[in-house]
Amino acid sequence: MNLIDKNRPFNFKFDGKALQGFEGDTLASALLRNKIQLVGRSFKYHRPRGIMGAGSEESNALMEIHNQGVIEPNRRANMIKLFDGLDVRSQNRMPSLNFDVMAINDFLSPFLAAGFYYKTFMWPRAFWEKLYEPLIRNAAGLGRLSTNPDPDRYDKGFLHCDTLIIGAGPSGLMSALIAGRSGARVIIADEDFEMGGRLLSDPQEIDGASGYEWVSSTLAELHSMPNVRLMPRTSVFGNYDHGIYGALEVKTDEINAQGNIKGARQVLWRIYSQNTILAAGATERPIAFANNDRPGIMLASAMRTYETRYDIDFGKYAILSNNSSTDKNRSDQTIDTRADIWIADTSGRKGLKSVTLNSGEKIATNWLGMSGGWNPNVHLTCHKRGRPKWDDVNACFCPDPNTLPDAMQVIGAANGEFTTHAAFKGAKKACANLGHKSGKSPKADDAPYEVGAFWHVKGKKRAWVDFQNDVTSKDIILAHQEGFSSVEHVKRYTTLGMATDQGRTSNVVGLAVLAEARGDSIPDTGTTIFRPPYTPVSIGAFAGPHGGQHFKPIRKTPSHKFAEENGAAFVETGYWKRASWFAKPGEQGWRDSVDREAFNTRRSVGICDVTTLGKIDVQGADAGKFLNKVYANTFSTLKVGRCRYGLMLREDGMAMDDGTCARFSDTHYVMTTTTANAVTVFRHLEFVRQCLFPNMDIHLISTTEQWAQYAVAGPNSRKLLQKIVDPEFDISNEEFAYMGCQKITVCGGTRARIFRLSFSGELAFEIAVPTRYGDTLVRKLMEAGEEFDVDMYGTEALGVMRIEKGHAAGNELNGTTTALNLGLGGFVAKKKDCIGKVLSQREGLIGDDVLRMVGFTAINPNDTITNGAHFIKMGDPKDAAHDQGYMTSIAYSPELGHFIGIGFLKGGDKRKGEELMAVDFVRNNHIKVKVVSSHFIDPDGERLRA
Amino acid sequence: MRYSALKVLKEGLTGHKGWKPAWRKPDPKAAYDIIIVGGGGHGLAAAYYLAKKFDQKRIAVLEKGWIGGGNVGRNTTIVRSNYMLHENEGFYEFALKLWEKQEQDLNYNTMVSQRGILNLAHTDPQRHAFARRGNSMILNGADAVLLDTAGVRKICPFLNFDDARFPIRGGLWQKRGGTVRHDAVAWGYARAADMRGVDIIENCEVTGFDIKDGVCSGVQTSRGPIKAKKIGVSVAGSSSRVMAMAGMRLPIETHVLQAFVSEGLKPTIPGVVTYGAGHFYVSQSDKGGLVFGGDLDGYNSYAQRGNLPVVEDVCEGGVSLIPMIGKARLLRMWGGLMDMSMDGSPIIDKTHIDGLYFNGGWCYGGFKATPASGFAFAQLLATDVSHDTAKAYRMDRFSKGLMIDEKGQGGQPNLH
Amino acid sequence: MIINHPLLGPRDAAEFVYLGDASLMQRPNPKSETAAEDFHNYQYLRNNPAGEHKELWYHEQGDRSWLVVTRNTLSHEITHVELARDVARSS
Repeated sequence: MNLIDKNRPFNFKFDGKALQGFEGDTLASALLRNKIQLVGRSFKYHRPRGIMGAGSEESNALMEIHNQGVIEPNRRANMIKLFDGLDVRSQNRMPSLNFDVMAINDFLSPFLAAGFYYKTFMWPRAFWEKLYEPLIRNAAGLGRLSTNPDPDRYDKGFLHCDTLIIGAGPSGLMSALIAGRSGARVIIADEDFEMGGRLLSDPQEIDGASGYEWVSSTLAELHSMPNVRLMPRTSVFGNYDHGIYGALEVKTDEINAQGNIKGARQVLWRIYSQNTILAAGATERPIAFANNDRPGIMLASAMRTYETRYDIDFGKYAILSNNSSTDKNRSDQTIDTRADIWIADTSGRKGLKSVTLNSGEKIATNWLGMSGGWNPNVHLTCHKRGRPKWDDVNACFCPDPNTLPDAMQVIGAANGEFTTHAAFKGAKKACANLGHKSGKSPKADDAPYEVGAFWHVKGKKRAWVDFQNDVTSKDIILAHQEGFSSVEHVKRYTTLGMATDQGRTSNVVGLAVLAEARGDSIPDTGTTIFRPPYTPVSIGAFAGPHGGQHFKPIRKTPSHKFAEENGAAFVETGYWKRASWFAKPGEQGWRDSVDREAFNTRRSVGICDVTTLGKIDVQGADAGKFLNKVYANTFSTLKVGRCRYGLMLREDGMAMDDGTCARFSDTHYVMTTTTANAVTVFRHLEFVRQCLFPNMDIHLISTTEQWAQYAVAGPNSRKLLQKIVDPEFDISNEEFAYMGCQKITVCGGTRARIFRLSFSGELAFEIAVPTRYGDTLVRKLMEAGEEFDVDMYGTEALGVMRIEKGHAAGNELNGTTTALNLGLGGFVAKKKDCIGKVLSQREGLIGDDVLRMVGFTAINPNDTITNGAHFIKMGDPKDAAHDQGYMTSIAYSPELGHFIGIGFLKGGDKRKGEELMAVDFVRNNHIKVKVVSSHFIDPDGERLRA
Repeated sequence: MRYSALKVLKEGLTGHKGWKPAWRKPDPKAAYDIIIVGGGGHGLAAAYYLAKKFDQKRIAVLEKGWIGGGNVGRNTTIVRSNYMLHENEGFYEFALKLWEKQEQDLNYNTMVSQRGILNLAHTDPQRHAFARRGNSMILNGADAVLLDTAGVRKICPFLNFDDARFPIRGGLWQKRGGTVRHDAVAWGYARAADMRGVDIIENCEVTGFDIKDGVCSGVQTSRGPIKAKKIGVSVAGSSSRVMAMAGMRLPIETHVLQAFVSEGLKPTIPGVVTYGAGHFYVSQSDKGGLVFGGDLDGYNSYAQRGNLPVVEDVCEGGVSLIPMIGKARLLRMWGGLMDMSMDGSPIIDKTHIDGLYFNGGWCYGGFKATPASGFAFAQLLATDVSHDTAKAYRMDRFSKGLMIDEKGQGGQPNLH
Repeated sequence: MIINHPLLGPRDAAEFVYLGDASLMQRPNPKSETAAEDFHNYQYLRNNPAGEHKELWYHEQGDRSWLVVTRNTLSHEITHVELARDVARSS
């Protein structure tokens, strides 16, 4: 019984050669069907290689899938379900698979033993980057990545279940049947596109019928159960905390007529399970003997799979085995090491020709199956650092029940129980442990598994242990000779087990060779544990749909559409898109726009969307007391209807954030935060509220997204606003002074809040309406402002004006500056405690020489001041020891007609008038600057009180 | 035994019979002048410099397991000196200069590969901070170039310039940055120290300190008590656990940092690239694997493994920055224990206990520091005077308010 | 990881933001004579145990509760979860 449908032929290409396979084929079986033995080259020696396995353990047959200029490298031929139009190419060869010049390494191999590169390539020094390393790098690597973006789609999802069953061989299917019948929510996943595991490959009977029939009827029943989800082509690759598993479902590799993959190619699942049954089976091991890596030599079980499931005819072949599992192979010649015969050497560079036995007898054959026994696939038991234990009888590592992850049971071959009978028994028991009763198990094969511990053939020639990485038994012995005797050292020194199969076929053989060299037993020599993922997972799948523009969400302000209509260039501020300037026709670049916006605002009036500032509603009887704790200055004394600038410290005394806070009633304040810190400030306030002062009567809620808010700034701002504020509200200077706040209505009854605040230093207001009116409000404001030549202004002009006023912003509140550094030392109230007060008084933070924020102008007014320049005293050497501080913010001031800057200078508050060098190496711009007050415009604040 | 091309040729022709163990496997003696606790990169480097530069004799390195098994063997192999604060930049530039001479110094090819490191900027404030940082680097004798978008494109044309959520607005390029074959660093120092008589004692776990009247005079170990005049602890990742045996609490939390490697690929990424708008950095090893990582998982952990959300976060960053790597496959992920300090900078200092010295708090930046850390610790142990470039790495800087906080995150270790 | 929220039941840890050792709830008395040292120890020194750890998590993508989670830093096993405010009120 095979699974090949010869009525459905597929055309595919291998290295450009047109070939044919069938529905049911993998690429590997299709290549074998076409009698192709040579499929790849090894990593280091570029040895010719053939297909070694029939599943994900493959370490030789790695290929590139090509599709319209995009390459997917390193695909295992055995895991590619054949499809029509598949274009695969061999990799890591130059110029061709058949003739690879890098194979010269094979002839130089005596000089390329384990770790040789640590001992040479050191002279002359400069040659490493220029010569040696490029040579090594180009020779190394496997397949290629194209430089084109990956065009395929990936998705992510979450699944929940009572029982996750990993592996759909006899033990997994039986478990699913029992758990499914009892009503549990079951997920059963298998990396193969056909479920059934070894029952698809082994000719054996279950309850008198063929194993395949049992699989078919079991799958039919499982498919009929709504509580069971069958996930073929799904590799459960990792076990994480608290019953969470990562799984990769391959949806398709198939390319449609347009050259695209439709829908998601792969889906990354996070599976949340209550309990897990690991039924992942076992992997056959090779035996290390001289030239055991020739194309045509494969695992014995793989040969059986290709014969049975894929209907491949190998003709005559031989088997080398140390165990009873190969009894099922139909070989013409069995070489059983338990009878003291083994293979001394082989011949046939690009395809096996013959094997020579230790007796000297030479057997002509093109195919050889080898079996060095079986390794349970314990990987998922190790991901949480559980260690398997050695089983002497079966000569393999089995899961240690004492170090299993919580709620995991391991059954069948994965637990070292190799017969189908034992698989059923394990399933029954595991399900019983979960409370699922079952009837009598079907009758199945129970022939005992017997293995003789035969690992490698000693000799002078190279015998491969890790096929892909070209690690031979001699390399392991040499590593031991050089003192790399710990298994971890051997692994790192020789690269044993570091190939793309993570040592699935090589680790135990390597350990056995090492143990022998050390004169220790295998368990005394060590184990190797496995890390996720079980099989390699596309980086694209981990990323899911979150590439390109979809990397992070986008937040748009209420005026976004209006801004777009008016030539705005947007800038990323966290997830927000903020308008940075609004280009008008005829303007020759961003500076023109910014200069106009700033100038126009100071001359008449401008409008800026400040919705992105964080807004936090603080309510409760203890609101004032609470704010006294979180702000350095006092808020309990703030009068209703007034606002105050507030400076917030971290507990370590550094400035955390600043903003204004308005009081609308005895028990109600509205706090604003900077855009960047809105989330962290709110988190901090909740911490203070819940963890430090849990008995205060206080409630907090973020209203950032509930209110659209605009700054209206400039000498004509009041006149403009008076046109839209409803007449019953008086916003004259007499009735609504600087730093006032009130609840009003605008445009005939729309609820609004108005604050008389100024970041620009002009007469200014901030007006807030519920978000849904934000778009309308900005249009109304612009309409009302037409007579004043109103302009929108963006974050750049906002920045210019705040620098002109010497206000600290994000560049200055950089997490390492105290109130004192910022010139706000007076804000830290003397009489009350606040967060950060005690630690702000440490000696290193309060000396005369600490950094102080000051202003800078260029001595030569034509010079450009640059951000990030460091200050050096005139005549001092330009080095770290003489560094006096750094420039944090700069702007061209259209009002003043030259550049200005603010920055931090050691003891700067006492150095006004001093001339310094502002040293900027990275822009090659060293200029002379003068220390000035940071309040460049209207230092007495007359404008904002007008 | 000196390593050379000639020696490799000769041994190749004679069956490799002449190679000797890279270091001896001595039994511990009853007493040493100086004991280093921790056979990682820093500890082995300290032992080497003690013997080579500071003329010390009778030195032992005690390692709980196998040498090089901690963070020196599980990191993303980057070396660079691109810090903003002088207290760090001077030290890391010292380290980079030692890296540049390391192979000849140790007679071991640690594959110091100066293919450059590129930090990307996506906003103006980031570019400004890079300017400040670049200037700091140059003031400390390092190299730095501030790039605009076109300059970035020249070095890395494969980055996402056209469809990025956070467009690339420039970068900071340090040409002398690069990567080093991490395991080889431990082995190279071990071999060179061993050749100078240092006893490297593996499978020897320190279980206690002999402290009396404020003086530490030896250690208890799984292989018996060992006396010493001076004891230096260099066990980053486990610092709190070890120093707790001396009754000390540290300004350190232990966190897990995951790192990832892809299947081997032909050369595709030139140097080291770090994303400025997501948690992702990448380089390509000589073997061809993409070596990449991102942020801490964020919670205290000694489990040496992390969880899926961070894996996904890192890969999302990777694909959004370098769209071609969606087709590469993640081969292996692992987690290392990070000594996350309270300001993101390390400690190399005496303790209040006479004879007991501490080196730790390396956060996730310890690998690139290895030679300088070893050198500075050796000088401190030998002379009781801090190395010039490591003077700021004192224990008491938090009580004095002299934090060295590159990121400005304050006393929250998982944010550094 | 999954955190069993006392009010909301099991939630994925990715919904939470981690702060650190629950000792951060014990802010020293700023009026004490030893305040400088107390605040230094409070802010900067940690037990950092390899084993059971009481720690603060904030349900940012949820109900904004701060939780005290007892979790083993070697195994990540979570044995106890409480509302931080309840803990703070009772201490």
